[in-house]
Amino acid sequence: MSIVCCYLKRGHSVAEYYKPAVFPLRKMAAEIMTAKLNENTFWMSGNEAIAMGAYEAGVVVASGYPGTPSTEIMENLATYDGVYTEWAPNEKVGLEVAIGASFAGARAFATMKHVGLNVAADPLFTASYTGGRGGLVILTADDPDMHSSQNEQDNRNYALAAKIPMLEPSDPAEAKEFLKIAFDLSEQLDTPVLVRITTRIAHVKGVVEKGERVTAGAAPGIEKHPEKFVMLPAMARRRRVFVEERLNRCAELAETTDLNVVESGDKKRGFITSGVSYLYVKEAFPEAAVLKLGMCWPLPEKKIRDFTASVDTLYVVEELDPFLETQLKAWGIECHGKDCIPAIGELNTAIVRESIDPSRRKQGLFEPVELPMRPPNMCAGCPHRGIFFNLSRMKLFVSGDIGCYTLGFLPPLNAMDSTVCMGASIPMAHGMVKALGEGAHDKVVSVIGDSTFVHSGITGLINSVYNKSAATLIILDNRITAMTGQQPNPASGSDIHGNVAQSLDLEALCRAVGVKHVRVVNPHEVPECRKVIREEVERDEMSVIISVAPCVLLPELKLRKPVSYFTNIDNCVGCTSCIRLGCPAISWTPFAEGEAEARGYKKSQKGYSRIDEVLCNDCGQCASLCKFNAITRGEGKS
Amino acid sequence: MSDIKNILFSGVGGQGILLASELTAASLLSAGYDVKKSEVHGMAQRGGSVTAQLRYGKRVYSPLIDPGSADIQMAFEEMEAVRYLPYLHQGSIVIVNTQHILPPSVATGQAVYPENVLDELVKRDIEVIAVDAFSIAREAGEVRTANVALVGALSVHLPVDQAVFEAIIEARVPERFRAENMKAFAAGREAGSR
Repeated sequence: MSIVCCYLKRGHSVAEYYKPAVFPLRKMAAEIMTAKLNENTFWMSGNEAIAMGAYEAGVVVASGYPGTPSTEIMENLATYDGVYTEWAPNEKVGLEVAIGASFAGARAFATMKHVGLNVAADPLFTASYTGGRGGLVILTADDPDMHSSQNEQDNRNYALAAKIPMLEPSDPAEAKEFLKIAFDLSEQLDTPVLVRITTRIAHVKGVVEKGERVTAGAAPGIEKHPEKFVMLPAMARRRRVFVEERLNRCAELAETTDLNVVESGDKKRGFITSGVSYLYVKEAFPEAAVLKLGMCWPLPEKKIRDFTASVDTLYVVEELDPFLETQLKAWGIECHGKDCIPAIGELNTAIVRESIDPSRRKQGLFEPVELPMRPPNMCAGCPHRGIFFNLSRMKLFVSGDIGCYTLGFLPPLNAMDSTVCMGASIPMAHGMVKALGEGAHDKVVSVIGDSTFVHSGITGLINSVYNKSAATLIILDNRITAMTGQQPNPASGSDIHGNVAQSLDLEALCRAVGVKHVRVVNPHEVPECRKVIREEVERDEMSVIISVAPCVLLPELKLRKPVSYFTNIDNCVGCTSCIRLGCPAISWTPFAEGEAEARGYKKSQKGYSRIDEVLCNDCGQCASLCKFNAITRGEGKS
Repeated sequence: MSDIKNILFSGVGGQGILLASELTAASLLSAGYDVKKSEVHGMAQRGGSVTAQLRYGKRVYSPLIDPGSADIQMAFEEMEAVRYLPYLHQGSIVIVNTQHILPPSVATGQAVYPENVLDELVKRDIEVIAVDAFSIAREAGEVRTANVALVGALSVHLPVDQAVFEAIIEARVPERFRAENMKAFAAGREAGSR
């Protein structure tokens, strides 16, 4: 499939832009990353292992929305034959697709990151009542320590709240096996099953054994079961009773299942643990007796009481919330937990060892040396930079959203003033303007990416129009869900397999919901964009600016050989206009005492800027800002 | 668990830590070790400071390296060789690519790149093996082999036969760059020897 994605730099027409961003499924990446040790043994990440587990479990339909650390599950599952996979616009839709497939009798799978389950919570809680026909499994990937997230909520709480079982594997090999068990359990008990992983399972690689794909029982077909599919109050009340009975049956099962195992050992200290915490316990206290809970909800009360009775002191080791500990204490079981082990952030072996036995604290660790920070940054040539550069020069409150462009917050741009959750930018700007009252329309703008806009920004825009907002919205359309690694979305023009798909026309959509003023700009033309933003912000009616230019990390853009920009040092007056873009390809070289004059510059010039031609991605934003003809495109020397 | 060895990879997002750590892991697996590796995706990959943690031994549980217990660090950039000092101990070996990538504060003139930053390691009795991976790669005929040159330098310090590494690299790199990669690996080995 040939690749068309233009409107890349200054001077290109908008018409060129709306061609589908089509590229082949990234099988290459999967092949590089999975090591085959022998015929049936692989070394792979937890996410790759879960995809393999879903395949082997006979999953027929799978849907999800990308989100670190869950993204690679669906990407890898899409490489297996015989499984329908898709990217949904958001997690709620993804789960509803899976519920439908389950009602049709197929094994169905939904994947998401932890905060994605908040979005999908509505269908989740009622799917608990309905159950399904084919096995229904929902994977949640939590991110303790917030490596790439806005909060570190503990999604084990969802299993308790929705009254459904949750499995929690410790490593890639278990993750694959647990997924298969989850599907069996789902069908056996007529319940959705949650599988919870964390970053250190998703993005950890370990040895995994390949198995056979199970062949599904009955072929999918339509069956009507209104008593469990139609949740009107009368039916829901009956299912409500079923849910409690099911939970009791599941708790009985938890007593005997192989998922919950006692590993005998020294009984002085006994440990109850689950998930990745189990691994830290095994390394910190290898000699100790352990009850490892592979099913972390519902809990096996008798098994836990028996284990507790067999050890002198009981420790509950778990990351984030005292989820297990709270339940144990409600049963009157005495144990140590969050009184010594942190409830914030990730654990590791050292934290577990030293929290429980401070005498084993490692002495003489090196202190860190003070170094210039290296925070993440928007890439060289990133189209978002041009917009944020402009916003940083205007006195506005920028209501931001979730994506690469959240990095617009960082210096030197400092152009984002709030970020809460997916889609929040637009309603929050609306709320601010309403709170500020008359004449506040030119004080707040909202900024959202294409994928996030489709995810949950559209309803916010409808509200803004309906309730007469006048806070300008800027949609940063880079054709792709970039932060999670370039997954296509409904506005990209391609599907998960790289096949051509209907491309959502954002401009027409904005007009359809009633926005009268919609402007499309090329963010690489920085001064021109400033003019448009100013005009629209001043307007006392709802307006939308769509900034269109593709992500420079799109595979097709990475394949091209970009022409670089370079600095004509003789013309540079050291005004730092280009430097203030914060582009990784542009750096400042200060003059030493007297050097400016010696080199023929004005005495007051403090230095000059230089473009690294290897890093430059040919966007031309710096050239659009330079008033001294010091930045030129083409083959040259700086 | 004293038989477990820890290798910390550090660098700047987008530098290709992934390939180097994958080649290392594959070689250790071939040599019969249990290997676990942990990395971070998403926001962290956008040009920020990044690490990958690799642990090998007879049976590895935890995917994370404890502070003070990295036996070897492979750094793709000089400042990133020093940033993770709390993970190192006296006698750790740090193989470092002598490249400077300017963080935003330095590039915009707000801060300066620290001079002789590797001295911070040497004065704490950490063994520093500086490798000019780009020169090696250029001499090998392809600048993109710099990572393989670094793997070469690392390979000297691992209990894996040279032939195992070579077979892995041969199998994993594109055919048209095979000769250049093998050359870079051999030169990297030389640079990595004490």
